[in-house]
Amino acid sequence: MSVPLLEAENVTMRFGGVAAVQDVNLKLDEVELRCLIGPNGAGKSTFFKVLTGQLRPTEGVVRFRGQDITGAHPHVIARLGVGIKTQVPNVFNGLTVREGIGIAAGRKKSLRRARQIVDETMDLLQLTPIADRMVGQLAHGQRQWVEIATVLAQEPDLILLDEPAAGMTHEEVLRTAELIREINKKQALVVVEHDMQFIRMIAKTVTVFNRGKILIENQVEAVLADPGVRDVYLGKQAH
Amino acid sequence: MIFRKLKRAETSGGIWGPIAVVVAGLVLLVGAPMVTGTFGLLQLTVFAALAIFALAQGFIWGFGGILCFGQSAFLGLGGYAYAVGALNMTDTTGAVALAIIVPMLFAALLGYFMFYGRISDAYIGVITLTVAIILFDLFNSTSGDIYHIGQAPLGGFNGIPSVPPLNIPGDPDAQLDTTGLWYAAMGALILCYIMLKWILATRFGRVVVAIRENETRAQLLGYDPRLFKLLTFVIGAGISGVAGCLYTNWGAFISPTVFSLTMSAQVIIYVLVGGLGTLVGPIFGAVGIQYLINLAGGQHVIDPNLLLGIVLVAFVLLVPQGVVPVIRNGFRRLMPVKSPGPALTPSVSQEVSQ
Repeated sequence: MSVPLLEAENVTMRFGGVAAVQDVNLKLDEVELRCLIGPNGAGKSTFFKVLTGQLRPTEGVVRFRGQDITGAHPHVIARLGVGIKTQVPNVFNGLTVREGIGIAAGRKKSLRRARQIVDETMDLLQLTPIADRMVGQLAHGQRQWVEIATVLAQEPDLILLDEPAAGMTHEEVLRTAELIREINKKQALVVVEHDMQFIRMIAKTVTVFNRGKILIENQVEAVLADPGVRDVYLGKQAH
Repeated sequence: MIFRKLKRAETSGGIWGPIAVVVAGLVLLVGAPMVTGTFGLLQLTVFAALAIFALAQGFIWGFGGILCFGQSAFLGLGGYAYAVGALNMTDTTGAVALAIIVPMLFAALLGYFMFYGRISDAYIGVITLTVAIILFDLFNSTSGDIYHIGQAPLGGFNGIPSVPPLNIPGDPDAQLDTTGLWYAAMGALILCYIMLKWILATRFGRVVVAIRENETRAQLLGYDPRLFKLLTFVIGAGISGVAGCLYTNWGAFISPTVFSLTMSAQVIIYVLVGGLGTLVGPIFGAVGIQYLINLAGGQHVIDPNLLLGIVLVAFVLLVPQGVVPVIRNGFRRLMPVKSPGPALTPSVSQEVSQ
């Protein structure tokens, strides 16, 4: 069997006496799209932080293409080819859209190649008209896209998105979903999301978290039809 | 790799501003000895030295986002390194090198523990402040014959008098006179300005600014903020060392007061008044404030420290951006020919959100 792109093995994260994530195993293949869902406090975000190196798990191992990255510095994980969009947009407010994306595109690349990436990425996300605007002046949805553009400009093999559709208008959500499908043609993605409509639009395989553990992992239709999932999460929220 | 230069198209500021600054500096460099006498030239020389000091603080704070409350530590170390070097060597060129290298090494060591120890911004302020005070006390307590480095007695509170002046590199007999020192100080100021402008235009400089804007994002893109902050801090220390060297030359004397809180506080005020996030601002801030202090000191009407306090409070309340950004924005408003970045128009944002 081939080496998975990302692998979490028996990951447990305790805060004092509370186990926010308990004994979680997850495998992600190259160019896979995986959605992580679950109710508030299910451990999605903690698990996400373990994957991205922001937290070091109490127990367990995280591997990227077989390489142990458990608790490695975020910049080390990023250099391996992992792009991360955080829940609260982390963007360069005082730089223009073009400059910010350039910072992402420019690492270890020639100037010409970096410029090309910046232009292509801005084109893909339709940011070209606002290329010279300060990121800090943009509307929330635009800032979300600027961050996604920044992540894409890194040209990562794996993209982790924490609630990419949060706070977006309906049209923006539709476009983001379309974008994720487009990205997934070449790159693997892990999407942590609350919005069930959004999940329906993009999901293939879904992993459901509940109380720090994986409740179920299956195709999106099967997950949405699962009575257990409905009980913990969907019963009230999916319409 | 990261030091490779980016082209102008991607810089937010134009190229003409810096060129105008450099030309104005060169005019002053050549013109000042023609229009002013020895006293005036000495005055201008110390202004230039302090402007270099302000540039260092303006760079690490305004662009690197590092708030150092003890920049005087590096000014003092540079000054002492020069004095000790000059008293031990016949040619002062080596002493100049020491004045740059010693503060840089010290900053590298201190910065390593601060940045790699993940110390938060507020504590970096506290630590640097404390380090400057420790150095002040340390050099204060070096009176007596046993405290000397080679031929150079450290002299405790009295400092080191009769420090040999700079000479033309390779020719110890060709010592610089007042005019020569002015050329050296003003030339150094222009060079430091050009160097920092260049650094900010490189990929390294862009990442430094990006880290100031958002450290987490920079890290998630694969940049190690600790390394970039450390390098920024070390560059600032080296430039402060140049200022310290010139400051010592100006009076042929150095004493522990260079490490004092007043020095560290003054440089912060220079930057605040002149404009945080600019390079020209700290230069104007240093010159303007020093001029005011000299004026007040000469007239004995108002205490210089009180004046400094009033200026600081007035600026923080009334012109928090500093002088240079306000003037610059004023110019842009008057001449809206090619303002960088189109104004926020509804049509643009609508286009995008569709």
